[in-house]
Formats: sequence, structure tokens, C-alpha cells
Amino acid sequence: MDDHGSPVLRALLDAMPDAVLETHAQHGDSTAVVDAARIVEVMRFLRDTPEIEFDMLTDVTAVDYLGEQPRFEMVYHLYSLGKNRRLRVKARVEQEAAEIDTLSPLWSSANWMEREVWDMYGIRFKGHPDLRRLLLYEEFEGHPLRKDYPKEKRQPLVGPRN
Amino acid sequence: MASAPPLPEDDLERDLHTEHQILNMGPSHPATHGTVKFLIELDGETIVDLDVQVGYLHRGFEKECESGSWYQAIPYTDRLCYTSSMLCNVGFCMAVEKLLELETPERCQWLRVLAGEIARISDHLTRLGAAALELQAMTPFLYGIEARELTYDLTELLCGARVTTNYLRIGGVKHDMPPGFTSAAREMIPKIRALIADYGAVVTQNRIFVDRLKGTGVISKEDCIDYAVTGPILRSVGVPYDIRKDQPYLVYDQVDFDVPIGEVGDNYDRYLVVVEEMHQSLRIVEQCLTHLEKTGPGPVNVDDPRVRWPAKGRVFNQMEELIQQFKSVTEGPRVPAGEAYLAIESANGELGFYLVSDGSAVPYKVRCRPPSLINVAPLPIMVRGDMLADLIPTFDFVNMIGGECDR
Repeated sequence: MDDHGSPVLRALLDAMPDAVLETHAQHGDSTAVVDAARIVEVMRFLRDTPEIEFDMLTDVTAVDYLGEQPRFEMVYHLYSLGKNRRLRVKARVEQEAAEIDTLSPLWSSANWMEREVWDMYGIRFKGHPDLRRLLLYEEFEGHPLRKDYPKEKRQPLVGPRN
Repeated sequence: MASAPPLPEDDLERDLHTEHQILNMGPSHPATHGTVKFLIELDGETIVDLDVQVGYLHRGFEKECESGSWYQAIPYTDRLCYTSSMLCNVGFCMAVEKLLELETPERCQWLRVLAGEIARISDHLTRLGAAALELQAMTPFLYGIEARELTYDLTELLCGARVTTNYLRIGGVKHDMPPGFTSAAREMIPKIRALIADYGAVVTQNRIFVDRLKGTGVISKEDCIDYAVTGPILRSVGVPYDIRKDQPYLVYDQVDFDVPIGEVGDNYDRYLVVVEEMHQSLRIVEQCLTHLEKTGPGPVNVDDPRVRWPAKGRVFNQMEELIQQFKSVTEGPRVPAGEAYLAIESANGELGFYLVSDGSAVPYKVRCRPPSLINVAPLPIMVRGDMLADLIPTFDFVNMIGGECDR
């Protein structure tokens, strides 16, 4: 598979060729699409390999590709302070299970951002220590950023439980 | 009547049964700027644990963006970090330009840097003013807010609005700076400097202020990196990470400025970092003014029919241009299918936009990586073991802006 001139993608492809499904460098953003079942393994490699050293998980989000199989895509953005480099890692998640392993044991920043993804997209994070909704209230029904959630839908607003 | 027998000596030292108390603070508390709820577990007055509950200002920014045109998202970005809306405009427009692979004219880039730095100063002044007020000091609050009004005056001169600026366009800015702007700005800058100095004179060596800030809200470098904290908090622990320096965008590689850092990562270091950043921003503003005066008027928008309306003279005389204008107004630009992430240094840290386009005129996904939300997540480890009153300055210098945190 092509590494698009990125030493990080090259190292990842050399170390785990079967975990990486696709690579691209659209608009200069190096990206690896990886097997969702091996996300923790890939991320641990990216964090702990000395010459790669992605010490910050800057962003976690998801995209709902309604009608495609698998439906959801997890999108992680990594940054390395020492090497001043970025990498995007993506993994596809099935609609039925809607589940992927949590990254919170690797980076504490994953905790809140994964809670937001659960809140907005209804993707569960296996092993997450505290998977509550982050922005919406507990009684809210559904996950509003899913493409099949109507924008105009209203719900009775009730306060959070203490 | 017999008197009660005296207590045995060791009864005085006996450990009485006490319980931790759970205290609700917020969601609308006078000592926090920002709508947020804290569930605080207290042992006496010492904070044992803290649960931060955000989301009270959630308006569905991302969902709204997925239903309008790319242009219609720009006013929403004004309302993300409303103390520095210009920087949110810059981040979003640059991310769309990355998808379109547009190179903006040089003058436009200088104007964006100028407008963005004025917004950064007003954001920092709001943070400092509010922090002083919440520590019960009225005078420095007034100095800070007076200086912020001057920055708002400049923003108003530039784009006609004080807070919700909506000044940027995809591929440019709304218009060049108006005549007389540079002289007005040059008059304003010494006044802002003087007010910052007044603020510092009341606060920097003030015994009460120093006592409440020094050694409170400490965070380590490792925790900052673990929680992906950026901006003044990360710099206060001694990491000189500033996207303007490390991955220069616009014309930040052509301006001269320093990145201040702290040492121990407490509230006092954050205060000093923020004050110095305002001085550095004023330096950048002056360099922008000099450059814009020297180079004179020029194009401030890309000449690309995908994002620009054709000139009126051509619209009224040519069929194709009329159709182009009609399509631009009713539909807005079509952005080629793809994805892009672009991060800028906002006043609170890394403000990122991750955009996905399916090739239509409506964004498929607009993700805002909000520095406020990510910086507020490690608040429990910053205040654990501190007194309840230390939560206030710590939360002030985290500077959570509800509009951006909750989106």
C-alpha cells in the first residue's frame, strides 16, 4: 500500500500490514483507515513507538454514512509534540453492533470526546469507564447527529438527574 | 446533683465520624463565567472529587451546519467562541478553503491576522476582567472591560459588528479595511497598553490576588499532554506549543512575535502567560498595520467563480454571469468531495475544523474541535486537594466559553 511519502504511514504499514485497510493523503492530511477490531493495538503502536511518538489524541469524532456498509466511521486525529506531525486514523463501525474499543486507557482525552460521540452518534465504547451523555441530558431519546434523526424533531426538555 | 464526669484525655483526640459532602454548584452561579454545573465532593472545605457537567448551551451547531450552505455556517461560527468570534471565522473559512484548494490573496491574509489578533486580545481581556471580578475585585474588571471595549470599537470599525462579526468569506474577507482604520488603530493601541498596565498595577503584585493564584490549580506537563490540553494552559507548564509558530498559517511566519511560557503550571503562571500574549498580539497588530499601509489597496478576495459573485456590471450584461450569480445566491458554492482537518491557534488553544464534503452545496459533516471543552476535562485533577474557593480562579483561567464548549 502507498505511504504517500509519510514516514509514519510507512512505519505503520511495515509493522501491521494487515491492520491497515487503506491510506490516503488528501489535501496533505496523512490518513490511515484501519481495522476497527485492532484500533487499540494500532493506536498503542502509534503512541509508543519512539520515532513516531504521537503523544496527543487531539480529536475524536464520527461520521454517519447512512446507506453505506459499514455505516459509521470513527475519526481520530493524532498530534506529536516532539515531531510536530499530525495523523488521521479512521475505522469503520457496523450499524448493528455500533461498538468499538475505547481509547481512554491510552489517552485521558479520549474519555470526554468518546462520551460526546456516544451522545451524538450512539456508538458504544467497550471498556469506557464512564459512558454517560456529555452535552445532552440523560433522558434524551436518540442520537441527534445521526443522519436519520430529523433536524426539526423536538423532545420535552427535562433536567438531568442528580 | 452530681456534675458530669470530666472527659478522658484521649476523647479530645478521638476521630469523629465525618462524611464527605456533595455540593451542587451551578448551572448558573454568580462566580463562574460560563453555564456549567459542578458536583463537588467535599471533605470540609477540601475538594475530594469533582464532576463537571457541560452542555447547557448546546444549540446543535454541527446539525445546523449540515442543513445549510457552506456560507450559512459562517455566522454560526461567530457564536462558538463569542469573545473571539473572528478566530472561529478564520478557522472555518480556512478549512473550507483547504477542501477547495484555494490560495487567498496576500492582503486578505494580513487582514485576517490583524482581525484575529484583535479578537485574541479581547478574549484575553474578557478572561482577565471576569477573573478579577469573580475574585471580588471590581477595579481591575473595569480596566479590563474598558480595554476590551476599545478592541470591540476596532472590530466594529473593521466589519460593522462588535461581537458577531461575520467578517470572513470563503476565499477572502467581506471588504478591505475602511479609510482611517489604521490611524484609529494606532491611537487605540497605546490606550489598550495603558489599561493593561493599569490592570497589572492593581493585580500582579496584589497580596490577595497572588495568594489565591499561586500554587492553585496546578497541572503537570504529562497530564496536559494526556488530556490534549492546548493554549495558555499547556504553555503555562513550559511547553512552547503554539500553532502559529509550529505550523504557521496565513502570514504568521512573516511577523515577529514570541511565545511566552510558564514554569509550574499554576493559575499565576497562566495569568502571566495571558498578559504577555496580549502584548505579543499588540506587536503583531502593529506589524500588520505597517504592512497594510505600506502595500496599499489590493484584492482581498480570490478571483474564483466557485466562491465569488461576478461583478455587477457583468451580471447585468451577460447571460452566463447572470446564471452564475443566480446559482451562487440560491445554492452557494459546491465543494469537491473529500475531507480535511485544519487547526488554528485560537485564544484558548487548538481550534480545529474537520470537514467532510460529499460534493454537494451542503456540508456533509462539520466537526469543531473545541479547545474549551477539551481544556475543561482535566479540571478535576487541577482542583483535587485544593480548597473549594480555589475552584473559582482555576475555572476562570481555564476560560471555558460555553458557546464553544457546548456548541
